[in-house]
Amino acid sequence: MEQRCAQVLNEALLEIFERRDDVYLLGEDVLDPYGGAFKVTQGLSTRFPDRVLTTPISEASLFGVAAGMALRGYRPILEIMFGDFVALGFDQIVNGIGKFREMFDDQVTLPLVVRTPMGGRRGYGPTHSQSLEKLLLGVPGITVVAASECHDLRALLSEAVDDDEPVFFVENKLMYGRTQRRPENGYVDGLRCVESDGRYPSLTFSGSDAGGGSATLATYGGMLPIVLEAATRLILEHELFTEVVVLGRLHPLELEPVLESVARTGALVTVEEGTRTGGVGAEIAARVQEAAWDDLHRPIERVAARDGIIPAARTLEDAMLPGVDDVVAAVMAVEGVRG
Amino acid sequence: MTATEQLYERMYFIRRFEETLLDLFSAGKLVGTTHTYIGQEANATGIIAHLDPDRDVVFSNHRCHGHYLAFTDDAYGLLCEVMGRADGVCGGKGGSQHLCNGNFYSNGVLGSIVPVATGIALAERERGAGAVTIAFLGDGTLGQGVVYESLNLASLWSLPILFVLENNFYAQSTPSALQIAGDITARAEAFGIETAHLDTTDVAVVEREAAQVVQRVRDTGRPFFLVIDTYRFSPHSKGDDIRDPAEIEERRELDPLLVAGARLDEATRGSLERACEERLAEVVDRALAAEAA
Ligand SMILES: Cc1ncc(C[n+]2csc(CCOP(=O)(O)OP(=O)(O)O)c2C)c(N)n1
Ligand SMILES: [Mg+2]
Repeated sequence: MEQRCAQVLNEALLEIFERRDDVYLLGEDVLDPYGGAFKVTQGLSTRFPDRVLTTPISEASLFGVAAGMALRGYRPILEIMFGDFVALGFDQIVNGIGKFREMFDDQVTLPLVVRTPMGGRRGYGPTHSQSLEKLLLGVPGITVVAASECHDLRALLSEAVDDDEPVFFVENKLMYGRTQRRPENGYVDGLRCVESDGRYPSLTFSGSDAGGGSATLATYGGMLPIVLEAATRLILEHELFTEVVVLGRLHPLELEPVLESVARTGALVTVEEGTRTGGVGAEIAARVQEAAWDDLHRPIERVAARDGIIPAARTLEDAMLPGVDDVVAAVMAVEGVRG
Repeated sequence: MTATEQLYERMYFIRRFEETLLDLFSAGKLVGTTHTYIGQEANATGIIAHLDPDRDVVFSNHRCHGHYLAFTDDAYGLLCEVMGRADGVCGGKGGSQHLCNGNFYSNGVLGSIVPVATGIALAERERGAGAVTIAFLGDGTLGQGVVYESLNLASLWSLPILFVLENNFYAQSTPSALQIAGDITARAEAFGIETAHLDTTDVAVVEREAAQVVQRVRDTGRPFFLVIDTYRFSPHSKGDDIRDPAEIEERRELDPLLVAGARLDEATRGSLERACEERLAEVVDRALAAEAA
């Protein structure tokens, strides 16, 4: 049955609330009939009125409130309306949520989930369009999960709630309206798709059944459809095969699927929607060259947003954010060097 | 032991513990930082006397040793923590400002603890076991915006939390006059939170008033904001005092140990103090001999 990702996440929340009575959801405008800015919490407050709390617009405190609940044995889910507003919670994230377990010598755990949509391409402008997950990568003690439309979103969110570590569950605004596409008989849109084992799996797509090709494209979250489209275009227009690794867990980084793929392709292109400097791609690149120097036959390429703001005007926003053409060009560049 | 004796003994032990820390620092046996509670002992002692450590929760701040000792009585765990010993209550990972033991927590980022304590109070409201959560803050911390977000949340959601503002009139080197506009209790009242304001270093008064306040939070399940005017005799941290020595001397007349000690006969006081000294000496010896973390 075809379902939009927002609806899948919504059903997942209902299931989780049904399954566990220690789960609470806090967020702005989450009550019915509104059901959250992106409608992910629709129906939840009607079914579980005591465990869905609509909050004042107090993000800086809400991260701490969630931490307090988690310290005392509950499993709060905090919905942050726009990923950009994670910035308001940084003290709590860096000096509390990420630290308490280790700083208190493992006497406590913080089983909380922060759900938030990142990403642009909707013309929301500079403060409602960013992909800030890279800022979370530098914070020890938290887990950052990136949801994509090809992930089993129900399982992913469920695992995040069951996790005893604090999990930042990064959603994507465009993903909400797209159909969840799970592999059927191991294929998505004609690309072979292999899922890694364990929590928050990564997905490895390959254009040819034999695997390998010109390069490994490492990406995550909302960039998935763009990168898959680029991979398809590279096959159709340039007869270049690639592998695409869609990471499920950005932090601590699950590198294994990337390394396995690079061992087959010999080249790496990282693709992210956030700005380039100090990005997810930079971290992946550093780790891959540390771990697999001998497998790399070419310099690593990074595709990312330009270092700047995300303008509101469609034309300007498009110029700012990486698109299919940029991914194709990066793979061609890798090929060019090789040729 | 009478109640008066107990309160005195607790205050005296906290005082001597903190003085000992400063001595150990001077002797080079401690590194890092510390913020001692010298002069403010009546607050922790008088308030925490009304808590049940198995049920109630305390979230403290950078100046947390007095609160910790009053709540847990774990002097060895605290000293080892500050000294970087493996037996420290957080294995030496937290140090002076970052403690956790049972229902006690502290963190050193000013204001940061207030939302977390608010979340704890929300959790405890949901659990319904009648726990009271206390967040201790200083006057300087009133500069942090999250404090007001949390006051709003605590009132809006009817949370059983007691905010205790220990107003010692300074934040590090900065006097209140350079930091705080308007009226402190009015800030909490604006959120529909009941307040009380005490200007005392008498532990008997704090204890008596706190009994009512803690019970009020327990009965109503509502937040309460208690301001206690107090004074610290020790430097903010170690050796960083620029206050007028005459001002400090004048305040010494209100030293909580003097005030409470005057109610005990000399023999009783002497024997309480000796017992504290013996206990402390033993704690120091053990901590000095303990393994590094
Ligand atoms: C966010 C933050 N800013 C600055 C500091 C450094 N600092 C530690 S204690 C302190 C003064 C605090 O004053 P107050 O809240 O009145 O508490 P008191 O020290 O008087 O007990 C300062 C500035 C800090 N720990 N956290
Ligand atoms: Mg102060």
